[in-house]
Amino acid sequence: MIRQENCKIVSNKQIAKNIFEMVLVGELSAEMKQAGQFVHVKVADGFDPLLRRPISIASINEGSFTIVYRRQGKGTSLLAGKSTGMTVDVLGPLGNGFPVDEAKPGQTAILVGGGVGVPPMYELAKQLARKGANVMTIIGFQSAHDVFYEKELAEFGEVYVATVDGSYGKKGFVTDVLDGLALEADFVFACGPTPMLRAIENRNDARKTYLSLEERMGCGIGACFACVCHTKEDPQGYTYKKVCSDGPVFQAGEVVI
Amino acid sequence: MSSLSIQLPGLNLKNPVMPASGCFGFGREFSQLYDLSLLGAIMVKATTPEPRFGNPTPRVAETPGGMLNAIGLQNPGLEKVLTEELPWLDQFDVPIIANIAGSTEDDYVKVAEQLSKAPNVNALELNISCPNVKTGGIAFGTDPEMAKALTRKVKEVSEVPVYVKLSPNVSDIVKIARAVEDGGADGITMINTLLGMRIELATGQPILANKTGGLSGPSVKPVAIRMIYEVSQHVSIPIIGMGGIQSAEDVIEFFLAGASAAAVGTQNFVDPFVCPKIIEELPEYLAKLGAEHISELTGRSWKKNERLAYYRP
Ligand SMILES: Cc1cc2nc3c(=O)[nH]c(=O)nc-3n(C[C@H](O)[C@H](O)[C@H](O)COP(=O)(O)OP(=O)(O)OC[C@H]3O[C@@H](n4cnc5c(N)ncnc54)[C@H](O)[C@@H]3O)c2cc1C
Ligand SMILES: Cc1cc2nc3c(=O)[nH]c(=O)nc-3n(C[C@H](O)[C@H](O)[C@H](O)COP(=O)(O)O)c2cc1C
Ligand code: FES
Repeated sequence: MIRQENCKIVSNKQIAKNIFEMVLVGELSAEMKQAGQFVHVKVADGFDPLLRRPISIASINEGSFTIVYRRQGKGTSLLAGKSTGMTVDVLGPLGNGFPVDEAKPGQTAILVGGGVGVPPMYELAKQLARKGANVMTIIGFQSAHDVFYEKELAEFGEVYVATVDGSYGKKGFVTDVLDGLALEADFVFACGPTPMLRAIENRNDARKTYLSLEERMGCGIGACFACVCHTKEDPQGYTYKKVCSDGPVFQAGEVVI
Repeated sequence: MSSLSIQLPGLNLKNPVMPASGCFGFGREFSQLYDLSLLGAIMVKATTPEPRFGNPTPRVAETPGGMLNAIGLQNPGLEKVLTEELPWLDQFDVPIIANIAGSTEDDYVKVAEQLSKAPNVNALELNISCPNVKTGGIAFGTDPEMAKALTRKVKEVSEVPVYVKLSPNVSDIVKIARAVEDGGADGITMINTLLGMRIELATGQPILANKTGGLSGPSVKPVAIRMIYEVSQHVSIPIIGMGGIQSAEDVIEFFLAGASAAAVGTQNFVDPFVCPKIIEELPEYLAKLGAEHISELTGRSWKKNERLAYYRP
């Protein structure tokens, strides 16, 4: 069930250049089930900024949960300025995450995360590993100082890192890593910038591919039609999916990205 | 009688608080959060004759204390609204105000005729003020003669009272208000969004794919208050006020300006529980004002001979 709660900040620390990890205590963590769901965070008490900020759930713990965000504009900068003991107004969990239940023990899943698309991969890797699936993660960043969660993800399987400028890991994109590995997998699960998702969609790396999309949101619950996209079956017509409530995770080929 | 119940044409309201059109869909999502029967009424999403996909994304952009939207009247179309959305809403004990949009007079007339026959639609709201569609919409809302003619046509076919939603994007709102009253409108709803725009520094381009959008949220409240203050002194039909309402205090301010009921739009996105919260808090604010019934407050800012108890926040 969706809940709104003032969650207490247990920690809020910088883990890479402009990347922050925040742990929040809240009863709504008990409602969080799927990796890939997100929360809608109110960053200020007043009305500037007015709208909530969608942030993926990076980890679901007993009585608490973790989000990882990039300090980017007004909202995330205010969030970065908050300290332990303060509270944050959180609405969640929202949306539908990755279908972990589809993976059977012994099957292989490749997890691909780009930039702030990496955080949901952590909870996903945790859940897949718990199910007995073989997990491999490929994460991509601009540069060495942007890299985070490499060690954390390594708990669940092999991790490959790509940086655009080549200052760490393989030089290039996550797809360059995939080219080099030439694997056969049962699943690819990906979250990251749209061009990355398009590139993943156009490849045939797995039996099934799931992509987590981003869109500017109003309500985050499916009421306002801000985040709507066309379906592949009817790319010009009236059938649609809402990223916030039908997604953010869709099977490759389901919607136009 | 409760201190919050209100009688308006076609509407027997438990309380004067309702979600504004386009900010609540057809209620399905919010019904997961609370019992919709708590609401005074529901103004559902605009309906057009055919389904509409709306504008390309991004469709929303933020502004200090507000937001721009260019949804483009996305909706499932008349047929689906009649067969799926309205019957679903019938499970709740709450009046429904159906919001109607179109590109031509015939569009409005067709949708109005059909929706007004739906068993659980209590009133129509003519959206002649959407800034986000290329044809129709705002053209009807900025030309007094067109607004009057359209209101009259819709009144002829509608089986329920007709409220007309005014656009703030005009130089003389009173003129338009009088025109729709002349056309036979049973009530007025105001305001719709203000036409606006934002440009992203990083790209030098407008943030919205549609380039321009409608501004809503707390930053438009003073404009709404001013317009309701002006219009309510010049028409004798009731006004449902909206534009930046966030709290019970805001609702009171709209009443003082001249509104007889209030709708909450954007704040539903910020706090999805805002409507039930306001409904719960209103009686306390009435007590502070020494008012027994909320309708006593309508237009008190310009009814000079009546003084209110001193308000202590
Ligand atoms: C489902 C989903 C999950 C996300 N998960 C994460 C995450 O785990 N970590 C993270 O760092 N970021 C995540 N994002 C992106 C994040 O929401 C934006 O970076 C953030 O809203 C920017 O806010 P701001 O005030 O700092 O930036 P501003 O640029 O000041 O924001 C202005 C407006 O644009 C919107 N906006 C800006 N960038 C985006 C974007 N990329 N997507 C959607 N709306 C945007 C904001 O919400 C706000 O309404 C996610 C986005 C979505 C849709
Ligand atoms: C996302 C969004 C969609 C809207 N869609 C409609 C609509 O379909 N029909 C309509 O008459 N008004 C629509 N409106 C206008 C609102 O009903 C309301 O008049 C306006 O937002 C001012 O109120 P607010 O400041 O409380 O949001 C929409 C507003 C928003 C923010
Ligand atoms: S953000 Fe409102 S429908 Fe998705």
